[in-house]
Amino acid sequence: MEEKIKAKIMDEKKMKRTFSRMAMEILERNREVENLVLIGIQSKGVFVTKRIQDLVKEMEDIDLPLGILDITLFRDDLHKKEHHPVVQKTEIDFSVEDKDIILIDDVLFTGRTIRAAMDSIFELGRPGSIQLAVFIDRGHRELPISADFRGKYLPTSRRERVNVMLKEIEEKDQVLIMEPTRF
Amino acid sequence: MKKTIFKQNHLLGIGHLSTADIDLILETAESFVEISTRNIKKVPALKGKTVVNLFYENSTRTRSSFEIAAKRLSADLINFSASTSSLKKGESLKDTVMTLESMNPDVIVIRHSAAGSAKYLTTFARSAIVNAGDGFHEHPTQALLDALTIKQKFGTIRGLKLAIVGDILHSRVARSNLFLHHKIGNQVNLIGPPSLVPREFETMGAGVYYDLKEGVKDVDVVMMLRVQAERGAGVYFPSIREYRKYFAITPEVFSLAKERAILMHPGPLNRDVEIDKTLADSDRSVILRQVTNGIAVRMAVLYLLKGAGK
Repeated sequence: MEEKIKAKIMDEKKMKRTFSRMAMEILERNREVENLVLIGIQSKGVFVTKRIQDLVKEMEDIDLPLGILDITLFRDDLHKKEHHPVVQKTEIDFSVEDKDIILIDDVLFTGRTIRAAMDSIFELGRPGSIQLAVFIDRGHRELPISADFRGKYLPTSRRERVNVMLKEIEEKDQVLIMEPTRF
Repeated sequence: MKKTIFKQNHLLGIGHLSTADIDLILETAESFVEISTRNIKKVPALKGKTVVNLFYENSTRTRSSFEIAAKRLSADLINFSASTSSLKKGESLKDTVMTLESMNPDVIVIRHSAAGSAKYLTTFARSAIVNAGDGFHEHPTQALLDALTIKQKFGTIRGLKLAIVGDILHSRVARSNLFLHHKIGNQVNLIGPPSLVPREFETMGAGVYYDLKEGVKDVDVVMMLRVQAERGAGVYFPSIREYRKYFAITPEVFSLAKERAILMHPGPLNRDVEIDKTLADSDRSVILRQVTNGIAVRMAVLYLLKGAGK
C-alpha cells in the first residue's frame, strides 16, 4: 500500500523529553526497583525499551534488566495471514517469576499485541505484576487494555498509520502520521 | 513487522529449495531454539493442526524429533510406524495415505525406503508433505539442522569447506548436505572407499577423495557418516576392520583439518567403527548439538508450511 506523510507529530527534541518523562514516571510509581524489569516487544518496542533503560541509568544510576519478547507465535491472526511474519528472537535471561514487569512497545493500537505479549509472558512464569508503557497511544482499542505509562495520546483515523521512527534503525528520531494515497 | 513468503507447499528435498528458502528456514529455526530452553516449552502457533508421522523405516531420533517439534508448536500428532500398523498388511502406499487423508491431517511427515516417495504423495494428497528420508535420495531436515549447527559455530554457513566421509553412495544425508552446500557455494570433499563414493558428484563441483588424510586437510567441517550395515554396506569393502583402518576419524587425522574445525555425525554412532570414541565426546564434536537443533529446524519447517494461513 502506498502512503504519504499526513503530519509530523514529534521531532527529536520532543521525543527526548517524552522518553525522559516516561522513565521518571516509571521510577516514581515503582519505588522498589529491586524487583523491576523491562521487557520490550520486537521489534521497535525493543529500541524504546533500551532508551528508557539508558535514561533510568543516566538519571538514577539504576541498572534495570532488559528482556526482549517476540509475540509472533502468539498472534491471534496468525491463521489469517498470507505472509509469514518473521519469527524473531525472544531473549529473556532472567526469571519472570514474581517480577514487576514493565512491558514496553512503540505504538498501542487495538491491544491485540499486548494480549499476545501477556500470554507469552505467562508461558515463562507468573509475574508479580505487569504494567504497560507505550510511546504512542493511538486509540481504537478492541480489547480491555490500557497503558499505565504513555508518551503521547494521539487520536487517529483507523486507515492511518503511526510511524515512530528511531535513529537506531532509521535516519532520524521523529513521529509521523501516514495515510494511504488512494482508497 | 517484517513479512516474508515461504514459497514452498511441501518440503521434499534441498534440491527444491532456493537459497532464500534455506536462509529463511535457518533464520526461523534460530528463533525457535530458545523455546526449547523454556520452563514451559510450548507456543500456540500450530494449535488445532494435525501432523501425521508416517514411518515405513525404523527411526528413533527423526521420528521423536518431529514429534517433539509438532508438540512444542501445540499441534496434535499421530504416529504410524511400519512395524505396528496395517502398513504391514500389504496395503499400498497410496491407499494408506488416502485413508489418512480422509482424517484431514494438515501435514504428513513420511520416511520410506523408495526414493521419490515424498514427491509421489504430492501428486494426490492435499496435506503438506515433509520428507523425513526417501531411500538413498534426500533427508532435507538433516541437512538443514546440520547447516544450523554450522551457522551457530561459525556465524555463517557460507565460505566454508566441508568433508563428508563414509558411505556416500547409500547416504541421503550426504546428498542433502551436498545439494545444500553446492547451492550456497561451499566446497565439499566426499571421502570413502571407491566402491562407496560415486565420481558423478564431481560434476557438481565436489572433490572425490579415497584418502581420508588428503580429504580432510584444511576443512572447517568434518561430517562422518554411519556405516550402514543394514543396507549391506559390508559388500562394498572387505571388512569393518579394514574400513576402520582407512576411514575412521581419529584425533590425529582430525588435527589435519582447520584448527577451529568441528566434527559432525547424523547418528546413530558406531563408536570405534567410523569414529574414535574419545573424539566423539570431545569439545570439537557437535553431535548432541545437532540433535538439539533438529527440533528447532523441524519446528521452523512445520511453522513455515502451516503457520500462516496456508
